[in-house]
Amino acid sequence: MVTLTLYLQYIVNGLTLGAIYSLIALGYTMVYGILKFINFAHGDILMVGAFVGLIVYEALLGTSTSGAWMLIAFFIAMIASMAFCAVLGMFIERVAYKPLRNANRLAPLLSAIGVSFILSNGAAWMFGTQSRRFPYPFDNTPLTFLGISITPHQILILVVSVAMMLVLAFFVNKTRMGKAMRATSLDQPTSQLMGINVNRVISLTFAIGSALAAVGGILAAFDFRVYPSMGTMTGLKAFVAAVIGGIGSIPGAMLGGILLGILEAVGAPLLHIPNGLRDTVAFAVLIIVLLFRPEGILGKNEREKV
Amino acid sequence: MINFFMLILIYSGVYALMAIGQNCITGSTGMLSLCHAGFFCIGSYATAIVCKVFGLSFWLSLPVAAIAAGFVGFLIGVPTLRLKGDYLCIATLGLGEIIRNIATNINPVGINSIPRASLFGYQFASRNKMAFIFLIWAFVIIFYILFQQLAHSRLGRAMTAIREDEVAAQSNGINVTKYKISSFVLGAAIGGIAGCFQTAYTLTVSPSSYTFMVSVMVLCTVVLGGMGNAKAVILGAFIIQFISYFQQLTGLTNVIPPQANQMIFGLILVVMMIWRPQGLLGRDKYRYGDPRTWRQKIAESFGRKKGGER
Repeated sequence: MVTLTLYLQYIVNGLTLGAIYSLIALGYTMVYGILKFINFAHGDILMVGAFVGLIVYEALLGTSTSGAWMLIAFFIAMIASMAFCAVLGMFIERVAYKPLRNANRLAPLLSAIGVSFILSNGAAWMFGTQSRRFPYPFDNTPLTFLGISITPHQILILVVSVAMMLVLAFFVNKTRMGKAMRATSLDQPTSQLMGINVNRVISLTFAIGSALAAVGGILAAFDFRVYPSMGTMTGLKAFVAAVIGGIGSIPGAMLGGILLGILEAVGAPLLHIPNGLRDTVAFAVLIIVLLFRPEGILGKNEREKV
Repeated sequence: MINFFMLILIYSGVYALMAIGQNCITGSTGMLSLCHAGFFCIGSYATAIVCKVFGLSFWLSLPVAAIAAGFVGFLIGVPTLRLKGDYLCIATLGLGEIIRNIATNINPVGINSIPRASLFGYQFASRNKMAFIFLIWAFVIIFYILFQQLAHSRLGRAMTAIREDEVAAQSNGINVTKYKISSFVLGAAIGGIAGCFQTAYTLTVSPSSYTFMVSVMVLCTVVLGGMGNAKAVILGAFIIQFISYFQQLTGLTNVIPPQANQMIFGLILVVMMIWRPQGLLGRDKYRYGDPRTWRQKIAESFGRKKGGER
């Protein structure tokens, strides 16, 4: 019974972690779905989002300790950070990826690695390498029921990420622009012939992906603190999540994120390995998935054509 | 000042070796691998263990480092090389991190006071940089010649064919997986040898010096010089090391923060990809029965249209 409670606790922790991974994985998967390339800089956009959120939040808060204002300030900071990252994402796409759209496949990948390096080191230059704590916008005493404790910040993570995913699902499936996006990811030249402004769709994809990454970054900051290289590992794992779910598939990214979060939280205690090797578990999962089902759980199997 | 120049020469030698390895993987075969820091790490540790724990000579540790790194490359390669470009890049990145993660978990401090290398009774001390320059560059030249020869061999041509078009290579009877793994193992082994020299010079190994940053620097070296061109890669190693030690050379350590260099590496990758994807010197082409003189080749290499070779 004790072990069952313990594992349920791990699953709850994994679920919140997984919700963050899902948000970030959505950015990878949307860009991959349309441009067929891995946006390496996505993880660093997440870091920029966390920094912008922290700065805006601290500036808004000042010395106030009023509970309601803290929560409002937090949401304003989140929206500001989303807007900033959306613009940053579009800018990066315009400068570093657009000129390479017709180049061979290695080129945008290398360019993205370069962008990622510029962002993470630029942040280290501006903010220093010290990690900062993201203050909780409320009292963070854990609530316990049935022996499982869940903290208010975990509830916030779950609520915000589910809300974001619902909005995204509505946007992609029900709106005109979302339809254009789906069309572009299916067949870019044809959708261009049908009068879809492909450049605008690509910009929008980057904007949405980066805004989601900003939210993911702020939520991740509760658990991991804020520091310039925070995006590298978190971004990589979110990518792993996107691959597990099936890269290019939006529901796949959501599913893959949750799955990876739970596997990571449960894996280390289940296999009796030190907690320091958690990251190793995530990558082992990636390699296993790629070997046995490279198209992911919900992905479509695409054969290479000559 | 002159001291820093010698330091740059030593490190550009080490990076030139690594870049020759990376070039074999990325430049010749067209696989984007991001775990050269991992192979470097394994080579360094192999040397450290052979020299310190077993008390054997540095020269014996050289093949051990190469074999150890090559073997790990083989283990990594068998599952991952079946993946296509983008996936391979992420999988190798993850594996590079795993190698470091495991090294840190075993011993976060690393190994110190490793015995010096010696040749005919002469001890290579870290103080005497000149001797190291000769030692490392002798090996850079050896591997340069070896890889130039490799390009003409059956293996080298198969690698080029895979880079140009995997499906076409396969339909012409080239065993793609076999040659991909061979290329990966060779590249990894050279990375291990570079690690061996790094240990011989610094006489310490610590997991914190084999970060993703190292892999990116090596990649940057290859991209800057020109993918698939061994000469260009050595030139790239010089430039990259010069950038990394720029502050120490000019005494501006207090003015320019260390992150500035790394931002420049990132910028190099972006700018090179957009304006000169073939690298400064371009790819080594036209090797067989080419009647043109080197002057014509240079003229042509710089006269290419924007975008250049794809």
